[in-house]
Amino acid sequence: MNRSKALLPLVGVVILLAVWSLVTSLKLVDPVLLPSPLSTFRTLWAGMVGGKLGADFIKTVMRTITSTAIAAVIAIPLGILLGSSEKLYRSVEFLIDFFRSTPASAMFPLFLVLFGVGDRTKISVAAFGAALVILFNVAYGVMNARKTRLLAAKVMGASRSRVLFDVMLKESLPQTFVGLRNGVSLALVIIVVAEMFIGSTDGLGQRVFEAQQLFDMPGMYAAIFAAGALGYTLNLLFLVIERRFVHWAGR
Amino acid sequence: MTRASIAAVPPATPDQSRRTAPHVTIRGLCKTFSDTPIYDHFDFDIPRGKLISVFGPNGCGKSTLINMIAGLVPPDAGEVLFDGRPLSDVKFGYVFQNYREALFPWLSAFDNIAYPLKLMHVAKRECDRRVEQLVSRLGVKIDLSLYPYQLSGGQQQLVSIMRALIVEPEILFLDEPFSALDYEMTLFMRDQLQRVFMETATTTVLVSHDLEEAVYLSDYVLLLSRHPARVVEFVPYDAPRPRSDRTMTESDFVATKAHCLKLFQQEVRRG
Repeated sequence: MNRSKALLPLVGVVILLAVWSLVTSLKLVDPVLLPSPLSTFRTLWAGMVGGKLGADFIKTVMRTITSTAIAAVIAIPLGILLGSSEKLYRSVEFLIDFFRSTPASAMFPLFLVLFGVGDRTKISVAAFGAALVILFNVAYGVMNARKTRLLAAKVMGASRSRVLFDVMLKESLPQTFVGLRNGVSLALVIIVVAEMFIGSTDGLGQRVFEAQQLFDMPGMYAAIFAAGALGYTLNLLFLVIERRFVHWAGR
Repeated sequence: MTRASIAAVPPATPDQSRRTAPHVTIRGLCKTFSDTPIYDHFDFDIPRGKLISVFGPNGCGKSTLINMIAGLVPPDAGEVLFDGRPLSDVKFGYVFQNYREALFPWLSAFDNIAYPLKLMHVAKRECDRRVEQLVSRLGVKIDLSLYPYQLSGGQQQLVSIMRALIVEPEILFLDEPFSALDYEMTLFMRDQLQRVFMETATTTVLVSHDLEEAVYLSDYVLLLSRHPARVVEFVPYDAPRPRSDRTMTESDFVATKAHCLKLFQQEVRRG
C-alpha cells in the first residue's frame, strides 16, 4: 500500500512517455518536429556526458547561482533593514512594488548600455530581478514577526539588537527561503532568455535557440529537458536546505 | 490559621492587605485607551510571597494591569515600585496566554528555558546546571530536547513557565496562562502551577477569566470593577496547600467563590 503510494508521482511521467511513444511510432506528428523519446534522451545523455550540452548546462548553472548569490547578499541585509522599520519600508514600498512588477527582461537594453554584451549584463539583470523578489520577502518576513515573540524576548530583558538577531531574523527565515526559491527561479528564466538573445555563445538558452535554428529537434528537446531538470533541481535544493535550517516553518 | 474562621466572607479592609510589608506598591496608575479611561488613579499593594488572581468583568483591564506592572504597556501616569525599586532593577517572569507564539520554535525546549540565562551571559555549563536543577525541583517529565511544536499545549505552557522561573524571579506574572488549553490539561496545569508556587513561594500575579481557577489557586482574589477599574474587594482564601479536587467541595471554597460571584455579578449588572 505504502509502496504503491510512493510510486504515484511516476504515473504521470509514464503516461507522458507512453503517449509520446505512441504519437511518434504511429507518426501522428511529423517526426522532424517531434523525435521519439528514445532519440531525445539518447541525445540528452550524449550531450550531457562529455558533449556540448553539458558545458552549456554548467555555464547556465554558474550564471544562475552567481546572480542569485549576488541578489541574496544585497537583498537580505537590505530587507532586514527595511523590515525592521515600518516607516522606512512604507516610504520605499511603492518603488519596490513597481520594479518588482516591471518585467526584468525590459531592463536588458538598459543593462546592455551599462555593462556591454557579456556575462555581466546577463548576471546583473537576473540579480536585479531576483534581488527585488528576495528583498520583498525578507522585509515581509521581518515585519510579520510574531508580536508576542518579540515582546517575550523584550520582557526577558533582550536588547534591541538581541531581539533583532535572536528573534526577528529567525522569524523571517521561512519567508526568506520563499524569496530565495522564487528568486532563483526568476534568475534562471532571465538567464536562459538572455542566453538566447543577448549576443551569447553558450548556455542552455543558446543551446535551445541554436538547435532550433539548425532544425536539430532532438538537440532542442534535450536542451529543454536539461533546462527543466536544472530548474527543478535548484528548487529542490533550496527546499532541502530550508527543511534542514528552518525546521519549524509551517508548524 | 487564626484568621481561618473569618476567611469565608471577610470584609477586606486595606489594613489586611498591608499586614506584611507589601511587595509591589502601585500608586496613581492611569491608562486611557482610545478615550476610554481603563485606569484612573489606581492604587494597590501586592503582598509578598502570595499568589493573587486578578478577576473582573470583560474589558475591565485585567491583563492591562499586569502588563503595566511588568512594563509591557506604558502607563499614562503613576508609579509601580518593587520594594521601592523600579522595574528595571527587578528580575521578573512573565507567562503569555499564547504559548505557541511566546516560545521560540527554533530552539529546543531546553534552550528555550535557558534563553533568559543566555541573555544574562551565564556560561553554558551553568545554564545547563540551572535548567536541570529547576527540572528536578519541579519534577517535570518532558523530553526537553524536543522542539516546542513537538510538545502538547500543556507541555509548551509548562516550558513557558519554566522559562519565566529560570532567572529565579522575585515576582511572576501569568496572563490567562491556561485559557488556550482543554479542560483536562487545565486541571493538570493548575496543579503544576500550585506545585511551582509551593516550591518557590514567588510572589505571583495570575490573570484569570475562570473564577473557580482564580479561587482554587489564590491566597487572594483581586476583584476589579468595570472600567475605570477600582478594587471591588481583595478577597482572601487561605485553604491549606496542596489543594486538590476535594478542596473545591469544602464549604469555605464554595462560600468564597459564591461571594466573589455575587460581587462580580453586581459589577456586570452595573455596566
